[in-house]
Amino acid sequence: MEMIVASAIGVLTAGGIYLILRLRAFPVILGMALLSYAVNVFLFATGRLAVNAPPILNNYADVSYSDPLPQALVLTAIVISFGMTAVLVMIALGAYLEADSDEINMTDADEDAAENEEGQGV
Amino acid sequence: MNHWIIAPVVLPALLAPVIAYVMRHDIKLARYASVAGTVMLAAISLGLLTIVADGQTHVYYLGDWPAPFGIVLVLDRLSAMMVLLTSMLAMVVLWHAIATEWDNRGRHFHALFQFQLMGVCGAFLTGDAFNLFVFFEVLLIASYGLMIHGGGKVRLKAGLQYVVMNLAGSTLFLFALGALYASTGTLNLADLALKVRELPVEEAGVLRVSAVLLLMVFAIKAALFPVQFWLPGTYANAPAPVAALFAIMTKVGAYAIIRFYTLVFGPDVAAVDGLIGSWVMPASVITVAVGAIGVLGARRLMPMLAFAVVGSMGTLLLAVAAFTPEAIAVGLYYLLHSTFAAAALFLLADLVVTRRGSDALTAQPPIYQNGLFAAFFFVGAIGVTGMPPLSGFLGKLLVLDGVRDMPWMATAWAAILIGSLVTIVGFARAGSVVFWKSTAMVDAEAEASETVSPIGVNALVGVTASLTMLALLAAFAGPVMGYLEQASVQLFDVSGYVDAVLGQHGEDLK
Repeated sequence: MEMIVASAIGVLTAGGIYLILRLRAFPVILGMALLSYAVNVFLFATGRLAVNAPPILNNYADVSYSDPLPQALVLTAIVISFGMTAVLVMIALGAYLEADSDEINMTDADEDAAENEEGQGV
Repeated sequence: MNHWIIAPVVLPALLAPVIAYVMRHDIKLARYASVAGTVMLAAISLGLLTIVADGQTHVYYLGDWPAPFGIVLVLDRLSAMMVLLTSMLAMVVLWHAIATEWDNRGRHFHALFQFQLMGVCGAFLTGDAFNLFVFFEVLLIASYGLMIHGGGKVRLKAGLQYVVMNLAGSTLFLFALGALYASTGTLNLADLALKVRELPVEEAGVLRVSAVLLLMVFAIKAALFPVQFWLPGTYANAPAPVAALFAIMTKVGAYAIIRFYTLVFGPDVAAVDGLIGSWVMPASVITVAVGAIGVLGARRLMPMLAFAVVGSMGTLLLAVAAFTPEAIAVGLYYLLHSTFAAAALFLLADLVVTRRGSDALTAQPPIYQNGLFAAFFFVGAIGVTGMPPLSGFLGKLLVLDGVRDMPWMATAWAAILIGSLVTIVGFARAGSVVFWKSTAMVDAEAEASETVSPIGVNALVGVTASLTMLALLAAFAGPVMGYLEQASVQLFDVSGYVDAVLGQHGEDLK
């Protein structure tokens, strides 16, 4: 099971980084989503992998249990990354509609536009 | 347990939704509420400063859960000072934003502003690593909104870059926290400080990974080379008051570095022995160089100021890299100085760029009241570049003195001194192009400027207040340094912090 989880995290991270390096809005958003899945699985695994174990200590008996804290952390991380992805999509959409291009990189043309745009007090 | 400790987080957190939902159609009401909230925040942080005057570390247990099981907020001299700095900067920026009508160019400025304050104050106060992540996210998501406030093609594009950069940073942060939890089984800073020191060196591989990952995350926030590249584009294209407020955001990164690498991964921890300082030092030297060269090479005024911020972060972290109580104290003094210096120049640049119509560093006909703005720019540039009599000079002198006993003292001195010289040349060039050369191109526009009304006193208050802070920091450098030295000593007193947070539990856990 360790092998499956570890390679899942690795493949998700690699895919996420590859997509982010494409530097176009849509692949970058997908890449960030993949990266956040990878980190969620990683956080989940930090409490050690246990199968069929109770989530909390069972009557202080000497039984193995799965650590509940990483699950709470993952929950928080999921909520935050979900919200962040929504914000990212909205800003990317706004930038795409304004600039008519979904490239993330700023070009020299943008720099020149910035010089002129300041003029209108924008 | 003093409930005022959580007030800097709760007050903006309650105020922001009220502004967003109740006052969204009435900018006047939102302004009153926002100003009242910020003034109250400043009053509270002054109160917190009197609480920490007894030299104790004060702890707030959320929901009264005992540490390390619940979240704690920790108030010591350093965090009280950072909260006060935040609230004072917020007052200056808010006044400027209202006086220049920036807050009315888009929606929800005041709500986002309050959420930003909540995140920053929370990050300074928290005593829990995961909670620090949450407050980072709060301040980031508010900053995304502020960054693209007012809209515009270039600003949205720069905003998108900023968001992507910081989302990647947040993911790294989570990986680092996961690795930290996997090797120690806790995320409470005080408990971490204990566990990290107990861990045998040969088992500390994962711990070292998380220490370096965390350093990368904080370096992104603090704009440390090689992850400083997001800052010039962001600050140059953000609305100017927001760029002035962002002066505190880089300081959040610097604060996190100072807090984590004295308390958790302190110089006495065998597992990460010397690892952090030996990375931060060369990175800060290059950051100083990048900042100075950027100032000299900038084609526009706003990116030039952004590069000046990068350079000042380099100087700050060079002092921090020594990780001695004396050097951290002078680093903190430079931190106070550079926050207000950056804010003063961004606010001034806003006034100049609005009147000039462009922030390109080329000669254009002089603006109305050219002499007034030139005088302000001169004073601000003196502050930023570190010339007497303002606090920049004292700050740099103290930093030079603070790293004097380090083996890498020669490199640090060369970086700071040459960097300052290049920055001075850059600012002199910009000032003469914008304000002086333009006086040679008079008259054609003279009639046009008749229609321009003189600048109101209100619009100048923000700039004047920030510059006054620089003068006060210089005039009262003695008492301020006295406080900072005490704060720094408290910072290095790890067992004092651990005992205060864990209390009786600490004894059991030991």
